[in-house]
Amino acid sequence: MSYAQFLSSKLEAAGAVEGCTLSVEASGRSYRGILMPHHESSGEDVIILKVKSGYNVGIRLDESSTVKAESRPAERRAREGLPGPRPGLKSIALIGTGGTIASYVDYRTGAVHPALSTADMVNAVPEIGEIANLKAKVLFSIFSENMTVSHWQKLAQAISDELNAGVDAVIVPHGTDTMGYTAAAISFMLGDVPKPVVFVGAQRSSDRPSSDASSNLMAAARFCVSGGRAGVFVVMHDTEGDDSFAAHLGTRVRKMHTSRRDAFESINCLPAAHIGRNGGIEFKIECRPVSEGRTAARTAMCTEVVLLQFYPGMDPALFRDVVMKSKGVVIAGSGLGHVNENMVPLIREANDAGIVVVVTSQCLYGRTNLNVYDTGRDMLAAGAVTVLDMLPETAYAKLMWALANTDSPEAAKEAMRTSLAGETGDRREERCPTGLGT
Amino acid sequence: MPDGAGDMICGIEIHQQLDTHKLFCECRSELSEEGLGGVYRRLRPTTSEMGEVDRAALAQFERDYGYRYQCSPGRSCLVELDEEPPHEVNADAMETALIFSEMLGASVIDEVQFMRKIVVDGSNTSGFQRTSLVAVDGSVEALGRKIGILSVCLEEDACRKIDVKDGEIIWRTDRLGIPLIEVATAPDMKTPEEVYEVALKIGTLLRATKRVKRGIGTIREDLNISIPDGARIEIKGVQELRMLPDFVRNEVERQRMLVRVRDILRSRGVRPAPLDFVDATSVFNDCESKIVKSVLQDGGKLLAARLPGFAGVMNGDGRTLRLGAEMAQYARTAGVKGIFHSDELPSYGIDQRHVSTLRELLGMTGENDAFVICAAGQNQATDALALAVKRANMALDGVPEETRDPLPDGTTRYSRPLPGAARMYPETDIPPTPITRERLKGIRANLPEMPEALQKKLVEEYGLNEQQAQQIVRQGREDMFMSISDEFGMSSVAAAVFQNVFPELEREGVDPDSVAYDELYAVFAALRDGKFAKEAVPAVIREVASGFSVDAAMEKLGVSAVGDDEAAEIIAGIVKDREGFVRSKGMASVGPLMGPVMGALRGKIDGQKANALLSAEIEKLLGRTLPELRVPLPAPALNGGLRI
Repeated sequence: MSYAQFLSSKLEAAGAVEGCTLSVEASGRSYRGILMPHHESSGEDVIILKVKSGYNVGIRLDESSTVKAESRPAERRAREGLPGPRPGLKSIALIGTGGTIASYVDYRTGAVHPALSTADMVNAVPEIGEIANLKAKVLFSIFSENMTVSHWQKLAQAISDELNAGVDAVIVPHGTDTMGYTAAAISFMLGDVPKPVVFVGAQRSSDRPSSDASSNLMAAARFCVSGGRAGVFVVMHDTEGDDSFAAHLGTRVRKMHTSRRDAFESINCLPAAHIGRNGGIEFKIECRPVSEGRTAARTAMCTEVVLLQFYPGMDPALFRDVVMKSKGVVIAGSGLGHVNENMVPLIREANDAGIVVVVTSQCLYGRTNLNVYDTGRDMLAAGAVTVLDMLPETAYAKLMWALANTDSPEAAKEAMRTSLAGETGDRREERCPTGLGT
Repeated sequence: MPDGAGDMICGIEIHQQLDTHKLFCECRSELSEEGLGGVYRRLRPTTSEMGEVDRAALAQFERDYGYRYQCSPGRSCLVELDEEPPHEVNADAMETALIFSEMLGASVIDEVQFMRKIVVDGSNTSGFQRTSLVAVDGSVEALGRKIGILSVCLEEDACRKIDVKDGEIIWRTDRLGIPLIEVATAPDMKTPEEVYEVALKIGTLLRATKRVKRGIGTIREDLNISIPDGARIEIKGVQELRMLPDFVRNEVERQRMLVRVRDILRSRGVRPAPLDFVDATSVFNDCESKIVKSVLQDGGKLLAARLPGFAGVMNGDGRTLRLGAEMAQYARTAGVKGIFHSDELPSYGIDQRHVSTLRELLGMTGENDAFVICAAGQNQATDALALAVKRANMALDGVPEETRDPLPDGTTRYSRPLPGAARMYPETDIPPTPITRERLKGIRANLPEMPEALQKKLVEEYGLNEQQAQQIVRQGREDMFMSISDEFGMSSVAAAVFQNVFPELEREGVDPDSVAYDELYAVFAALRDGKFAKEAVPAVIREVASGFSVDAAMEKLGVSAVGDDEAAEIIAGIVKDREGFVRSKGMASVGPLMGPVMGALRGKIDGQKANALLSAEIEKLLGRTLPELRVPLPAPALNGGLRI
């Protein structure tokens, strides 16, 4: 909510802008304090002042209240750049995209902003300079729910450019909501990238002493510097504590909790590695070693792909237009990958029209298999493609990439069945899902 | 000057836990014996207003070991662990803060905003305490003076420190998030008695809201004390109200001592002592002091520092000058057991011989030259000596501003330098709470009865005297008292329970609040039904407080009432055994015989009735009968000041 007309006129007449020290007379009381930004849910006749004790108070004004500006806001000092490179350390490029990990509080006004520059973030974790020489740039400054395919494409190109310019690794601070999608898409775009590309996020913003931003960033940097493994990874907390981190394969990771620090989990496989609080790395699965060579970013994507979740009673009439207008459909089916029998003819119609229909499971854990029940066999006969234990979101990103980088629906189907970036596995070892494990 | 406190000024801050669910989640506001798990966390200094990290704070962060947080089922959830954003502010807690603000006549803020107050000692998992300013400018009256109330805040309580293990601090999250009202007075109090009265007054007002927690640890006081020429000292977390005057007196005394020390040092023209230390390990190789011996055996060092001009103020003038104790408190924050200084040596197994050799080694010649030594690992000893010498040098400027911890004997111990202005920024996860004028009008129209009105009611309607009434109201047990009295009519017995029995239990370390209303009701119901005599009430309540049911308590105590006939029979036996005595003394033997009679019947029969039965028995023996005396006496007068 913005200010009421009378109030914005009053503030304007007094020359009062955020950060000014004001003296205010309202309802027979006087107040003095610094004008703070108006809160979205504050009353339209309320101004917020930071009073001497440091508290913010909301003060209701009316026509008879008086406002006087006593001093102008202090200028915010420009931040210093990054420290110079240290000989003997590896180089890491930090490519900022926005999100919690890159937000900060303006203590003068109290508002939370995206970091002005990735340098802000690096300066906030100066100890990272002890283990690597960093260069930083801000590519985007957006919340991850606002990411689009074109952001993925620009990001893949930027990563590739940095690697080809000679850095040893790239770290991408990213909002956590859709970090799994981006990591999967970049995995396919960068193919057999010869160096580590590590996505890192935070579940608590870096303006809090308890933020996981700096510890995740440190773990990511350590993995880049001493891991010796190439590929696209996500590094986040492995537990609720600040003493254990995990590097997940970019195609196998999913945000499994709305708010916990250890929200990210590898599904259907172990994490690539565990990283201890002092930097010890323990590998859990085979990964490609770092090598020399150039990075080729194949960023073409077909955006006419949809991701549908099957539910009981799903009505093909409601979805026919959506499916038939697309070039590819990923369905997160029930159980082993099923849809109801009414949906089967729509799959057939789509397949006959050259639309690729890929089936995954909304169970997330476990492998799809359409050979076990009648419905499944009917889906296969209708042309559905199963992709083993691939995550629905990974299948969605991969299908976009496969349709744009092959020359026929059949070739795209073949690409979907082939593991390109570790996105499917033949074996699944026992591991409990969130909340059930130890 | 009243009480020798001179012209000190004092303000207090009271923190009172509220009896609602937690402030930002649905967990119960209770402490728990159970502490599960141990989530490891660190709290990092955040960037300053200028976007930079304080290097010193960061260095400290890198040295620190971190914290472990235990959870308690039902009392903590993901919100306490900082794994889930806070929920909306608890409406009952906010209402209580508003009610209390109105009771103080304070001005409530139009829109209440929660802030994050940065606290990185680990007591809050988030690294900040959520706090909001609810009202300003109220007042209370005490001892005939008006004392200003600066602010009423609604905030969350912090974790409890459970242990320190391998350098990690273990915290339990059960207390974190319990709503607190923080009320701060102006520095208007001038005597220790006034401090006590104001704290009592505010506590009584808080309890009058009927929505506050009771018992040890649910209310905590911070004192801010200074004297002219002294400095502002904050004594944080006093839990026992009756100790407040002691803390005030002792702190005034301490500040005066430090002013004297300053004047002595200045008159000597003492300059700050240098921060260079001498390794004096070789001097103490054959020292008998246990501490020194064990440190040196473990490969530690004994370091010494010169303190030119400081002789006699570290421990002097008949132990009234005690700068040495202050230095030791600073040194101990470096983790050492303690220090020795020249005012207290030779002693503790350190001989004159060691002292003389050390003085020589340090090149000390002046008669006022002093030294301080510390035995520990090299780095620790260096840190500790640096702190001790710095503290000694601070004495040149008088009293340093400090936060101090209260000790059980009424003195205090250095905790940390007084923090600067709190760093606060808005808690963006919690929307502001608008407080409409209509809402305040409604609250004002329905305020709880003020303590004065309650006291008057107890006097006028229940026949208590002023003192009894005040005591029950200050305990906040007037509702319990009135219900019991209304139900059973035994006002004086009930009053005696609250006035005598409960405070006695408290002194014995038994929480009177462990006696629930239903249990007290059962005690009085049993009393009314003649199951035991009122003399047994204190003992029965004591047993009930320790967990027995009323019946089990009676059985354990053997106080089940006896019938009149049975009692008469027992008394007849006692009289018969002492027939000669009775015949010689006549009716005057009633008094002496009450002893053995009550010995046999205490708690089983009312004292007055025993007296009547005994008199009748004696009269019978003496040949007179007064059968009507067998009828029970009427209930004692309401306001008889009966002690049971």
